[in-house]
Amino acid sequence: MSHKLISSGVHFMDGDRACAEAALLAGCRFFAGYPITPASEIAEHLSERLPEVGGVFVQMEDEIASIMAVIGAAYTGAKAMTATSGPGFSLMAESVGLAAMTEAPCVIVDVMRGGPSTGQPTMASQGDVLQAKHSSHGDYEIVALAPSFVQECFDLTIEAFNISQRYRVPVMLLMDAILAHLMERVVVPDHEEIVLESVKRPEVSKAEYKPFKADESLVPPMAFFGEGYRFAVTGLTHDENGYPRISPEQHERLVRRLCDKVRKNADKIWEYEVRDVEDAEVLLLAYGSMARAAYDALERLRLMGFKVGMFRPVTLWPFPKGPLVEVARHVEKIVVLEMNLGQIYHVVKEVCPQNEVLLYSKVGGVLPSPRELVSFLEGVLRE
Amino acid sequence: MSKWPLDAYLRVERLPTLWCPGCGIGIVVKALIMAIDSAKLDPDKIVLVSGIGCTGRAPGYLKFDSFHATHGRAIPLATGVKLTNPELKVVVISGDGDLFSIGGNHIIHAARRNIDMLVLCVNNFVYGLTGGQVAPTTPTGAKTKTTPLGNLEQPFNLVSIVATAGATFVARWTVIHVPQLKKSIEKALKRRGFSFIEIVAPCPTHFCRANNISPIEALERLQKVSEIKNGLDPREATLDFGSKIVCGEFVDEEREEYTTLIYSLIKERSGKDVRNVVSA
Repeated sequence: MSHKLISSGVHFMDGDRACAEAALLAGCRFFAGYPITPASEIAEHLSERLPEVGGVFVQMEDEIASIMAVIGAAYTGAKAMTATSGPGFSLMAESVGLAAMTEAPCVIVDVMRGGPSTGQPTMASQGDVLQAKHSSHGDYEIVALAPSFVQECFDLTIEAFNISQRYRVPVMLLMDAILAHLMERVVVPDHEEIVLESVKRPEVSKAEYKPFKADESLVPPMAFFGEGYRFAVTGLTHDENGYPRISPEQHERLVRRLCDKVRKNADKIWEYEVRDVEDAEVLLLAYGSMARAAYDALERLRLMGFKVGMFRPVTLWPFPKGPLVEVARHVEKIVVLEMNLGQIYHVVKEVCPQNEVLLYSKVGGVLPSPRELVSFLEGVLRE
Repeated sequence: MSKWPLDAYLRVERLPTLWCPGCGIGIVVKALIMAIDSAKLDPDKIVLVSGIGCTGRAPGYLKFDSFHATHGRAIPLATGVKLTNPELKVVVISGDGDLFSIGGNHIIHAARRNIDMLVLCVNNFVYGLTGGQVAPTTPTGAKTKTTPLGNLEQPFNLVSIVATAGATFVARWTVIHVPQLKKSIEKALKRRGFSFIEIVAPCPTHFCRANNISPIEALERLQKVSEIKNGLDPREATLDFGSKIVCGEFVDEEREEYTTLIYSLIKERSGKDVRNVVSA
């Protein structure tokens, strides 16, 4: 079968296709989705490719059905994914909570476009960053990764599957319309070098198995439907048997574990990149497509002699606060650059109370030009 | 105390159920496990899926793999289970509000695809678990908590909807038709395709009380007004709780099943006889 997976070596493709091919390499054999710009190419590509590698593609009747089918697939043991954009992700919100509550490992790609509402379907944004973390009601944790290059659309899709399997948690890949349709060089590693993770499996007898009993890792081993464990799953607050249990103590125990399994492993999940921070007085903080413009500005400003550095969170949730604090203590100002009206900005202000934190916002759907960005940053640096 | 012969199918430690005295859901559950037992299906290969509501609690009392999903979303979750592991027999058991109001979009598409799945819909004309509000099945004029002066709307005819959408097995029974219901469930479990069985059940706590019908009267009425017309065009299968409830197997036909089509395509494109897409 592997000969039908993308070959190792250099390829040239856009972000949507890089994501789709990486999913297949990661072992994804089930995709359910609904057409939406600018994510449709992921579904279109997988509708052709999944049957070739022995997988199932289905276009469901809406986005709610798509993510519910993905959750069902996760419980038979299939690696499963859906892809959408803001309006579709809004519809999925309740089910993201179900996936978190039932610890269904799954990957959700949100190719962000301009919102609110129908907004600008063909234009990029980073408007779903807070929604990714807080889409559903109640307290829970998800993991969100933000690629800045087509290569990262590829690499982080594989990483998303691995994290979702390791922690039994929904993992979001926050792409945007720019990356989705941008053609770039992608290097596919040797297949043997790609590390693939799968959920931890039960090591007790079927009679002893409790589907939501976790050890010190806080992640319960997962049996699959049809294996003879005959276990119950519910979105209600439940005990270790998966039986509904409505009690203050059980609810607190369950919700804290669902959050702690991500929070207490945050340092193992965090990915980020720092550049030119050794002597920096001002730190740029950007992620996703905006980081491409920020890197460009960084180079120009360094050539102009400014002491400026950059911190790029690749993991947006849980936010890599530890590494940021480490860098931020050596700088005075932090400029957060986002294609929204300030979402990660507020997180940075909370994480770095000793720094002056400024916001550069761009919500029209296009990246700032180098001149525009350098001119703004020059003003900040000369203050 | 002697055990019931079918206790092996129950999570007896979870009894008693949350259902009210006189509720019809327990009868449907009994018919389901009698049919599974009679069909000699491997209980390890059965998955029960439900949504929210009184009926949605049924899988939690039964000793099978089960998923109690969000409101209205049992069918798409069951679709994901079936498509990734076609050897599993998937049964959705839920209520009329769950399957036809909030989940209405999903049932018509599952019927259209003819995916192998049995959907049992307990129709008690009301939202029971939330306290007796009007449902898309509530008879015109009937009183509920949100139609205190009588329901202004026309109810759905469930069997007509699913048959029109493409279901290949469609039946309706009431909770007084246990032998017929068991037989229809067994038949549906043994076939491949989208099967739908509506079971008319009294809700003594909400629907009956709000409309001055005693629990005994409700059962007597089911007996009095029910008539069996197998093979009738489901559009003509009247459901009027006051005067006429047409029961029977209305549709039983063959059409290519969706999972089979998908796995044939996989075989053609991959050159391999893939039986499921489970990673383990």
